[in-house]
Amino acid sequence: MSAATFPTAEAVDFLVIGAGAAGGVVAKELATAGFSVVVLEQGPYLRERDYSHDEIKYTIAPGLTNDPKVQPVTYRKSETDAARPMKAIEYGRQVGGGSVHFTANYWRFHESDFHERSLYGAVSGAELADWPISYADLEPYYTKAEYELGISGLAGANPFEGPRSKPYPLPPMPVKSSGVLFERATKKLGLHPFPAPVAILSQPYQGRAACVNCGFCESFGCEMRAKSSALVSVIPTAEKTGRCEIRPECYVRKIETDGSGRATGAVYFDRNRRETLQRAKAVFVCANGVETPKLLLLSKSKRFPEGLANSSGAVGKYLMWDNGAESQGVFEHPLNEYKGIQVTRLIHDYYAADSKRGFYGGGGIDARFDYYPAGFALNGLPPDAPRWGSEYKQMFEQYFSRTMMLMAHTTSLAQEKSTITLDPEVKDAWGLPAVRVTYDYHPDDVATMKWMIGKQIEILEGAGAGKIWSRPWDIVDQMPSRHLMGTCRMGNDAGRSVVNAHSQTHDVPNLFLVDGSNFVTSARQQPTATIQALAYRAADYAIRAAKRDELG
Amino acid sequence: MAAWPEVRAAQRHAHAVAGAPGTHWESLNAETAGEIEAIAAQIIPSTGGPGAREAGVIFFIDRALTTFAHDQREAYRSGMAQFQQKRKELFPESTAIASLTGPQQITLIRRMEKSDFFELLRTHTVLGFLADPRYGGNRGKVGWQQIGFEDRMSYQPPFGYYDAEPK
Repeated sequence: MSAATFPTAEAVDFLVIGAGAAGGVVAKELATAGFSVVVLEQGPYLRERDYSHDEIKYTIAPGLTNDPKVQPVTYRKSETDAARPMKAIEYGRQVGGGSVHFTANYWRFHESDFHERSLYGAVSGAELADWPISYADLEPYYTKAEYELGISGLAGANPFEGPRSKPYPLPPMPVKSSGVLFERATKKLGLHPFPAPVAILSQPYQGRAACVNCGFCESFGCEMRAKSSALVSVIPTAEKTGRCEIRPECYVRKIETDGSGRATGAVYFDRNRRETLQRAKAVFVCANGVETPKLLLLSKSKRFPEGLANSSGAVGKYLMWDNGAESQGVFEHPLNEYKGIQVTRLIHDYYAADSKRGFYGGGGIDARFDYYPAGFALNGLPPDAPRWGSEYKQMFEQYFSRTMMLMAHTTSLAQEKSTITLDPEVKDAWGLPAVRVTYDYHPDDVATMKWMIGKQIEILEGAGAGKIWSRPWDIVDQMPSRHLMGTCRMGNDAGRSVVNAHSQTHDVPNLFLVDGSNFVTSARQQPTATIQALAYRAADYAIRAAKRDELG
Repeated sequence: MAAWPEVRAAQRHAHAVAGAPGTHWESLNAETAGEIEAIAAQIIPSTGGPGAREAGVIFFIDRALTTFAHDQREAYRSGMAQFQQKRKELFPESTAIASLTGPQQITLIRRMEKSDFFELLRTHTVLGFLADPRYGGNRGKVGWQQIGFEDRMSYQPPFGYYDAEPK
C-alpha cells in the first residue's frame, strides 16, 4: 500500500498535529490498528538526499529548526520585564521533527524520576510533583520504542537503570577516544561508566544500513538513514498501511470544537497559506512543549475562554529548560573526536538527587565532542584564548583534534512562573501571535550545574587532560533551549494538570496531547525516549477507547 | 619581529587581489576587497601554513554578502569606514590598510577588536577558512587540512590515539 490522501471535509478517525518523535509514533500505532489518520506538519518533508554536511546551513542558519525570521520568539526573564525577540527555544521543524537533527542520546528515565516529590519532599519556589505513572507503567513502551526505532546500547551496563524486560536490539556503537579516556578516569574514581544508548544503528536493522561514523549527527539529518528518527522508522510504516497521510507545510492555527465541547478537527494554513479545515473524530497534538501549549492558547472559544483544555490554568506553565554544564580538556595526542557519533560513554552516578548536597538536583555526565570545524574555532577554545592572530590560529589548529568535552545534563525544576504565553504584540509571518517565553532558573538548578562542573574537572584531571576549562552557563548562553518540557503537565488532579495518565486532556475526552509538554519533571534531560514511550502508551489507550466507541 | 617576510607576502597579495584582472566581485569592489582581506589575513595569518588569504576568505565574504549575510552589507560599509577612520588617526601618512606594515595592521586591529564589526568579520573569516568550500572559501580545503579534518563520508575505528591503545 502507498500513502493515503484524505478529503478534508470528511472526518478521519484521528488527526495528529506534528509529525515529530511523538506524532510519528502515534500515527504509526493508529494506522496499523486500522484507523484513518491525517498528520499535519508545519515543516517540509525532507529525505536523506536533501541533507549534507554543510555547517553553515545546519548550525549557523536555522537548517532543520524553527526560523525566527518567519516565526519570531520573544523572551523575558520575569513577568515584570519587557519581552524582546530572541531565539529562546528551538525545535525540529520538518517531518520527523527533532528526531531528525538530535544528537540521538536515548536515555530511559530512572524509577525514581516518577516519584521524586515523595522521595525528596517539596522544594521551595518549585512545583516538584510525582508523575501519575510509574516506571513499571512505561517500561513496556520504552522497550517497544527501542525495538521499533532501533536503539543501540548495552543492557545491564548502567547499574542505576530500572529493570528492563528486554536488552537493547542492537549492540553499542564503537567507543571513541573520549570514551576510552572517560572510562579510565571514572573507573579510577569508583564510578560506573557505560556505553551510551543512542538512536543510531550499530548494525543493519529493519532494512536500514549501519552508521558509517561520519560524525555529523547533532544538528544534521542523517544521509545514511542510520539515525533512528521517526522519519526513517515509524513514519514509513504508518504510510505503508495505506491509512495514513502525512501532510507537510501545514501550520495549524486552531483546534475546532463542537457544542458539546468535543474536538472536531483543526484549521490550518496550507503551503499556499490557504486556510483549510480538516475534520476528525479525535485529535492528537504532538507539536512539542512550546507549540502544543501555543496551539491550545490560540484555540480559545466561548466554551474555552482561557484556551482549549485549560480549565486548570496550567497550559503553558511549568516550562522546564535544557539545563547542563560543560567542561573541556586538551590531550597530548589526537583524539579526532569529529569522527563517529558525538557520545559513546557516560555516567549516571550523580543522577539521583541527594539532600546531603544542600540542594535538589542531579545529572548524567557524558564524554563528547559536538563541534564542527568552524564552530570549534569560533566557540570551542578556552575563554582566555586569543581571538585572532597567529597564536589563535595555532591554538585552534592544535586543539581541534585533541579536545574533548564533558557535558552534564541536569535537572530543571518546574516553576509556575516559567511559562509559554502568546506575545501580545509580535506576530509571525502568518499573522499569529509569537511565542513569548518567560523563564529563569530555580536557584537549585544553578547550584546543580555548578556542582557538576567540579565533578567534570575531577574526571578530566583523572583522564590526564592538560589545559581544562569550564564554560559557566547563564540563561542567555543556554539559549536556545532544545528540550521543551512541562507546559501541559500530566496529573490525576484535573484542577492542577492538563492531561491524565494517558495523555488525554481532562477537559476534552477526544483530545490527546503527547510530547515533552506532558513531563511533570525534567529527569536529567535527554527527553526523547520518554516522549516516545509516552506516545506509544497514549496511542495504546486511545486505540482501546476508540474501539469501545468512546472517542468519536 | 618574525612576521616581516609574511608582511611582504601579504602586501604583494593585497596588490594582487586589488589589481587582479578578471576577478568578478559579487558585492564588493576590488579596493574594498583588498582592505577587508588585509584584516582577515591578520585574523588567520599565513604563519605555519595557509591562512585566510590562501583559503580565499575574501571570496567567501564577497559571496556571503549577496547570500546568507545579505543583511550585513551595511554593517560592512560602516564597519570598514570606522576602520579607515582609525587608520588615518593612527597612521596619518598611510593610504590603505593593505599597505600598512604587518605590525601597523596589528596595532590597528587591537584598537578595533572590541567592535561589533570586528566580531562579525572574525566570524566570517573563520567561516571562510573552515566552512564548506561550496561557499567560496576554504579553497582546496586548506582550512580543513590545517586542523586535521579529513572530510570523508565514513570512518572506521580506531578514530584517535587513545581508542587505538591496547586496553
